[in-house]
Amino acid sequence: MFDSLTDKFSGLFRKLSGRGKITEANVREAMAEVRTALLEADVNYGVVEQFTQRIQEKALGTEVLASLQPGEQMVKIVHDELVDLMGPVDTHLMYVQPGPTVVMMCGLQGSGKTTTCGKLAAYLKKNGKSVTLAAVDLQRPAAVAQLETLAKQVEGDMPGPGQVHFYAEPDKVAEYGKAVGAAVGVARRALDAAKKNGSDVLVLDTAGRLHIDDALMGELRAVNQAVTPHQIYLVTDAMTGQDAVNSAKAFNEQLELDGVILTKFDSDTRGGAALSVKHVTGKPIKFIGTGEKLDAIEEFHPERLASRILGMGDVLSLVEKAQEQVSEEDALALQEKMAKGKMTMDDFLAQLKSVRKMGSMKSLLGMLPGVGQQLKNLDLDEKELNRTEAVIQSMTKKERADVTLLDNSRRRRIARGSGTSTQAVSQVVKGFEMVLKMSKQVSSMGMMDRMKALTGMGQMDPAAMGGGGMPGLPGFGSGKKSTKTQSRFRQRKRKSR
Amino acid sequence: MALFKTAFNKLKQGLAKTRSGLVSGLRSVLGGRALSAELLSELEAKLIQADVGVATAAKLTQELSDAWKAGKVSQGEQALDYLKQRLAADWPDHDRRLRYAPDGGGPTVILIAGVNGAGKTTSIAKIAKSLRDENKSIVLAACDTFRAAAVEQLEIWSGRLGVEVVKGQQGGDPAAVAFDACEAAVARGADVLIVDTAGRLHTQDSLMRQLTKIKNVCAKKIPGAPHEVILVLDATVGQNAITQAKVFAEAIDVTGIFLAKLDGTARGGIVVAIRDQLGIPVKFIGVGETPDDVEPFEPGRFIEALFAE
Repeated sequence: MFDSLTDKFSGLFRKLSGRGKITEANVREAMAEVRTALLEADVNYGVVEQFTQRIQEKALGTEVLASLQPGEQMVKIVHDELVDLMGPVDTHLMYVQPGPTVVMMCGLQGSGKTTTCGKLAAYLKKNGKSVTLAAVDLQRPAAVAQLETLAKQVEGDMPGPGQVHFYAEPDKVAEYGKAVGAAVGVARRALDAAKKNGSDVLVLDTAGRLHIDDALMGELRAVNQAVTPHQIYLVTDAMTGQDAVNSAKAFNEQLELDGVILTKFDSDTRGGAALSVKHVTGKPIKFIGTGEKLDAIEEFHPERLASRILGMGDVLSLVEKAQEQVSEEDALALQEKMAKGKMTMDDFLAQLKSVRKMGSMKSLLGMLPGVGQQLKNLDLDEKELNRTEAVIQSMTKKERADVTLLDNSRRRRIARGSGTSTQAVSQVVKGFEMVLKMSKQVSSMGMMDRMKALTGMGQMDPAAMGGGGMPGLPGFGSGKKSTKTQSRFRQRKRKSR
Repeated sequence: MALFKTAFNKLKQGLAKTRSGLVSGLRSVLGGRALSAELLSELEAKLIQADVGVATAAKLTQELSDAWKAGKVSQGEQALDYLKQRLAADWPDHDRRLRYAPDGGGPTVILIAGVNGAGKTTSIAKIAKSLRDENKSIVLAACDTFRAAAVEQLEIWSGRLGVEVVKGQQGGDPAAVAFDACEAAVARGADVLIVDTAGRLHTQDSLMRQLTKIKNVCAKKIPGAPHEVILVLDATVGQNAITQAKVFAEAIDVTGIFLAKLDGTARGGIVVAIRDQLGIPVKFIGVGETPDDVEPFEPGRFIEALFAE
């Protein structure tokens, strides 16, 4: 996501920060590069012109030229402007009392409305709201069946206390262009149904339509008048090019949107729509869709995205993801164990599993400051983690509780059991011992030191990190053999002789 | 080309909302103006705004500028003609025709792929309709076993068009459905088998490998298959379509593009960059919701529309 833009920006800042002082010519040259980078990233042509203009004005003011750290100053200016371009946004959904809060989804064909309706229902269910999903798309073949399937999946498989209802009138479905207007009645009756079943939120899935199709846009306005939705969201494909603003503008003019939901954010989108839509419509992006699964919906945070675009990482999102997977008690219990150096292989395995639930290693590491850049060409092998899990699962309970038991014979058995080699087993053990050692060190730090270590990571200067390794991950992967285990092996060998 | 007889007739009638309507009534930025440095930079902006991409736009503008300086073009209209010729040469006629299996070589297999929401299923309905109107017998393979109700969607189309569809279970192995569909198409002596696949982002390696598997299954069952591998691109897509095309081409040797949803305000200029960088031709354009809304790709008209006001 946004990799190409991140690449360009880091290269640029590195160039600027390499100098003690910069001239006006340097700034202009840099701005020309920013302009190209943004255009290549599908940012709307008009937005790019204004954006670069503003940055140039700011940069040519005394701030940057007089600064001793021009690179850093530029990063700050661009960061602030990016945040400004996409924000501010209030990601909270407003609920009305008495319910139901009516949410209407609209957008072009294929932008992902129906899937997003399902994801939104899952999001609401998790937050304890009961939802009615209403199929108001009477045009696309099988759209009703698709929403019904999603409603069932959310009700059956997704966590949360909320209930999920489904409303549709399949007999109103007709071929394209023949059912125009019928959606109004369906929407009205869906609202009645939602009131009756006590839903907190009614989500209306409307048919995909072109913003220049007068008949269908008229229908959408009629639905709007009939049920007066509290929130109207435009669903937009994040991969859209220059046309993104045209459709967003047209929908906004006809419907007075409350926000935009960007889908397919897990693609290699360059970010054009994300950077252009707010500026042109004045309506913020509220949510982003980040995958095929029903829980792949996230609230949108402009500051975090700006940081990620500039290669500064996104520690906040990482922490939130972690909190979703690990409960506080579990975390505290583990912390205590770690402090005492009593962490076992079982704990290690549990940790590994919950980390993997958060997403791929690459996506997680990408959120660390300065790491994103290094990852571009790194082919992280998720299979390696599968092997690690297999190795641990091939150990007996005793072995998992005390790795010092692992002599060569046991290691050979584990290697056979897990379909790996003794080297692979040794590597896992080595890695575990390192984690053990590190966790003891961290736990022995005072609270203040730990805070320092953390905030230091967040404030690192992205420009300075271009050439370095992975800051904040000291010696990861180098692996020194623990002398303690070695000596125990020797003792055991001696005994067996 | 008989394939598009109906579409052409429709075109002549002049559709109010479709691209053809837009194009016939458009005024070009280039019209009635003498070529100048200023006009050239306007033209470059226009190309970028049509999603052609910065690099390709710069390249085309440079070529035009060279021709201008060499005295070959001086007026806006000439510049348009120059660009039309230049790009038409990139898109020769034979490149844009469908490739069929040799006579007696079994059904022609057309594999359809694309990212989520590009418009694959509707595009299949369009191709199926125009082939059916040529009296070809058609079998559809519903290999999108992933998305909810995707199979139903294709079934509804098959019902409306009166063509057969082979399907599997939701969540089943799409390659197995492709296998069954190939056997069914051969057994019934069908002329064309059109294989629908689940939308997938090109960033998902495992899903791309699944696509390769589907293609290999077709190749194993029917010699020379698939004869056409069509990537469906949404006309609104931005610069990442180049990577899309590249990755899909690596996985399944894409032979052509179906540029869908060209009836909106998007210009679909990215196909110029894709042709330029990857050599993949555009075979069809989609201009509406009904199965009749398909047209052959015409470079000249396409280029004109890029510069529409």
